[in-house]
Amino acid sequence: MQKTYYDPADLKKFGKISEWNEELGSKFFEYYNSVFMEGNLSEREKSLIALAVSHTIQCPYCIDAYTGDGLQRGITKEEMMEALHVAAAIRGGASLVHGVQMMNKVNKLEM
Amino acid sequence: MIKSLHKRKSELANSNKQVEFLSNGIFKGGELATFNTKIAETNQFPLRPKKLEILQINLGYMCNQVCEHCHVDAGPDRKEIMTKETMLHCLDVIKTTNAHTLDLTGGAPEMNPNFRWFVDEASKAGIKDFIVRSNLTILRANKKYYDLPEFFKNHNIHVISSMPHWTKGKTDKQRGSGVFDKSIKALEELNAIGYGMPNSSLKLDLVYNPSGAFLPGNQVALEKDFKKALHDDFGIQFHNLFAITNLPISRFLDYLIASENYEDYMYALVEAYNPEAVKNVMCTNTISVSWDGFLYDCDFNQMLELPVSSKVKHISEYNEEQLQERTIITSQHCYGCTAGAGSSCQGNIIPA
Ligand code: SF4
Ligand code: SF4
Repeated sequence: MQKTYYDPADLKKFGKISEWNEELGSKFFEYYNSVFMEGNLSEREKSLIALAVSHTIQCPYCIDAYTGDGLQRGITKEEMMEALHVAAAIRGGASLVHGVQMMNKVNKLEM
Repeated sequence: MIKSLHKRKSELANSNKQVEFLSNGIFKGGELATFNTKIAETNQFPLRPKKLEILQINLGYMCNQVCEHCHVDAGPDRKEIMTKETMLHCLDVIKTTNAHTLDLTGGAPEMNPNFRWFVDEASKAGIKDFIVRSNLTILRANKKYYDLPEFFKNHNIHVISSMPHWTKGKTDKQRGSGVFDKSIKALEELNAIGYGMPNSSLKLDLVYNPSGAFLPGNQVALEKDFKKALHDDFGIQFHNLFAITNLPISRFLDYLIASENYEDYMYALVEAYNPEAVKNVMCTNTISVSWDGFLYDCDFNQMLELPVSSKVKHISEYNEEQLQERTIITSQHCYGCTAGAGSSCQGNIIPA
């Protein structure tokens, strides 16, 4: 049995997903490639969003891919870290904002 | 300041060791295809020269900087400098060559004591595009160099300069502390006399190479980002940006090995291999002359001491027709020229 759930070499095999379902696989990759093309947002901005989201979903493949992608685009490590803090702030905020629910409940039940 | 591999007496200062290293390991057992096997797949082995366009002359390995990635292993401690005698041989060739571009490089070519005399003489030959590769900081290194921008202008020199990033942090990390500020000052001075301005015939291009074990991104996008940042932050303008891939030789190879990035980097290069780029790699239109007058297929082969495979070996016996008959010496380092859109001293091989 393989010793780890994640193998860096598997990232390069992502395209093979299509082998077991050509139609959906191709549709996905076509969509994926279109998403990252320059539009109202630049490719650079999209790369930073992808990096931040990668950390939110904690996907090691994505983190590997979009850190490398950022470096190739000349994105600095300071910019990358700032993007991550946006992700962390939203994640942390999402927990904390539910505190309002807790407070509501406490206020309702307590004498 | 770090020291050159030569000064450190590193094993990799020996070019044979580099060639050996690049032929062993992942390339020995067939894990990755050797470059020659790879280009043979599309019947491109052996590589042969096409029309000669560029004569690139290395005036010496001495440099005021010691950049971490330098493929020349240049630095203040390198004493290999072209003599006036060799320059005279070069001038004979410059007068008769069919090449339309003359490209002076180093080290810092300006540090050669006969640099100005040589440029004076060479510019009389009427070569269409006369390039000097200047690292920028040399223009601010010492008072005796302060008037070089004017000197370039008077000789209608095309200046190509290195700039690894538009931020101070990334630039200084690759090229040494203080390099960014000096480079900006030099660029401002070049701009002030007309270099790099939108409709100016005084050409100023920048060279970008990645500051680490990754490949350069899209050249057009990088040029856009460089232009915007340098203009917004400093009001600096330039013409083109050339994104160049770091070849796995010399100090960059040393860095790859020491940082345990060598195998991943070679995988990335091989994965990005583009057979279309092979058709126009730099060695197909360039001859490279070393500080001591020997002839090479390119600057990289010069650093690996892989001389041209021709009876004509030295500038003193130069014969263009005969040189055009040669086959080009290629090995694993060549993967650096064929990744993605390809890489040469003029940037991407395949235009966007
Ligand atoms: S300026 Fe150029 S030649 Fe000098 S050390 Fe840096 S990369 Fe090498
Ligand atoms: S390294 Fe030199 S010989 Fe090899 S492909 Fe590049 S230009 Fe040609």
